[in-house]
Amino acid sequence: MDTADFTLAQARAHDRKRWLWPMGFGIILIVAAVALTGWLTGLTPLMFAGPITVYLLVPLLDLAIGKDSTNPPERVLDILEDDPFYRYSTYIYVLVQMALFIGVCTIVGTQDLTGWQWLGFVSTIGMLSGISINTAHELGHKNTVVESWLAKIALAPVAYGHFYVEHNYGHHRRVATPEDPASARMGESFWAFLPRTVVGSVRSAWHIEARRLARRGRPVWSLHNEVLQAWAMTALLWGTLLLVFGLALLPFLIVQAMLGASLLEAVNYAEHYGLLRARRADGRYERCRPEHSWNNDHIVTNIFLFHLQRHSDHHAHPTRRYQSLRHFDEAPELPTGYAGMIVLAYFPPLWYRVMDPRVLAHYQGDLRRANLQPGARARLLSQYPPPA
Amino acid sequence: MKKWQCIVCGFEYDEAEGMPDEGIEPGTKWEDIPDDWTCPDCGAPKDDFEMMEVD
Repeated sequence: MDTADFTLAQARAHDRKRWLWPMGFGIILIVAAVALTGWLTGLTPLMFAGPITVYLLVPLLDLAIGKDSTNPPERVLDILEDDPFYRYSTYIYVLVQMALFIGVCTIVGTQDLTGWQWLGFVSTIGMLSGISINTAHELGHKNTVVESWLAKIALAPVAYGHFYVEHNYGHHRRVATPEDPASARMGESFWAFLPRTVVGSVRSAWHIEARRLARRGRPVWSLHNEVLQAWAMTALLWGTLLLVFGLALLPFLIVQAMLGASLLEAVNYAEHYGLLRARRADGRYERCRPEHSWNNDHIVTNIFLFHLQRHSDHHAHPTRRYQSLRHFDEAPELPTGYAGMIVLAYFPPLWYRVMDPRVLAHYQGDLRRANLQPGARARLLSQYPPPA
Repeated sequence: MKKWQCIVCGFEYDEAEGMPDEGIEPGTKWEDIPDDWTCPDCGAPKDDFEMMEVD
C-alpha cells in the first residue's frame, strides 16, 4: 500500500486518542494510588477505588464525554500499526500491574488490616486483575515472543492462563454460535452464563491444546503445552507470594482472582449477546461478520480497554493492533460502553429490558435467527413471535 | 502441495484438498486464492495465514 504521502508525525496527528492511550496504565496507577491513600490515611472508602471506578466513574464519564467514531485513513492506519508507541503502552501496563499486585499483596501479607480494609484491597486488586485480562488479550493476539509471554504474565495474578489459548483458537473460531462458551445467548442471564463460560473455557482450552500437541506427536503433559505454561506463571507468582507471606494470603489471592475473572466474563457476556452466525447449506457456519459483535465508541471505556469495543473489526482482523481498529456503521451498537453494560448485566431483568429489544430489532423481528438460550427459546418465540 | 494455517484460530488450508464447498478446486495454490478470501472459521484475512511445515 502507498504510504509515501503521510509522514509518521502526520499519521500520529490523525489519532485523536493518541495521548489518551497511556491512560490505560495511568488509570490503574491512579486507582491503586487512591486505594493506598485510603489505607494510609484511614479513609477506608477510598480503598474501594477499583469497583467505584469500574462500576460508577467510568460509566458516568462515558455518558459525560461521549463517543469518538472517527476512522483515520487506511494509509494512516498502516503507519500507526507499526508505531511502537502503542505497543509500549501495553508493555508498561503489564509492568505496572505486576508491581501493584505484588505491592498490595505485600501489604496484605504483612500488615494488620481491618475487615473493611481487606475488602477494599481485594476488590480494588480484583478489578485491576480483571482489566489486565483485557491487556493480555491485546498482547495474546500478537505473534511475537515478547508479546505472547507478556500476555501469559499478565494472566498470572488472575489465574486465567487458559484464556490465552481458548480465546484465540476457541472463541475466535466459534464466536456467535451456540457451541462457543464465550458467546452469551439471548435469554441467558449473566449468572447462568458465568459458570457455563468459566467451565467451558477451561475445558475447551485443554482440548484445543491436547489436540494441537497430539498432532505434533507430543504428550499433553509437556512443557510445550501453552495452557500449562500460562498456569505455571500463576503457580510461580502465587507460590512465591505464599512462600514469603504464608498461607494466610491465599483467601486474598483466590477472592481477587474470582472478582477479576467474573469482571472479564461480564464483558464477554456483552460482546456477542444473542448474536448468531447462520448455518450454510454445507453445515458450516457463515463467516464472522461485523454484525456478529456488539460495538461501542464511548471514549473512556475504549481507552480503558484498548479499543476492545471496536469488536467487529477485532474479529475481522484479530491480529490488528488496538490503535488501528475501526468503527463500522453497520455493526450493532450497545447503548453505552462495556463498563456501563457490566453493571446492567448484574441485574438480568434490566439487561433483558435494554438488550432484548435490540437483538429483536437487529434480526428484524425474527428471533429464529438469534442465538437463543435453549431453556428460554419457547418463551422468547411466543413473547416475540416471528413474522409469518 | 503445501498447507497453510490461520495463526488466529488454527484453521488449515491444504492446497491438495482445496475447499470445493467454497468454489476452491483441489490443487489450488495458496497464491491463487483471491486476496479478499478470509478464514472460513474465524474470518481472519489471508495475511494471517502462515505456511506449515509438512511432517
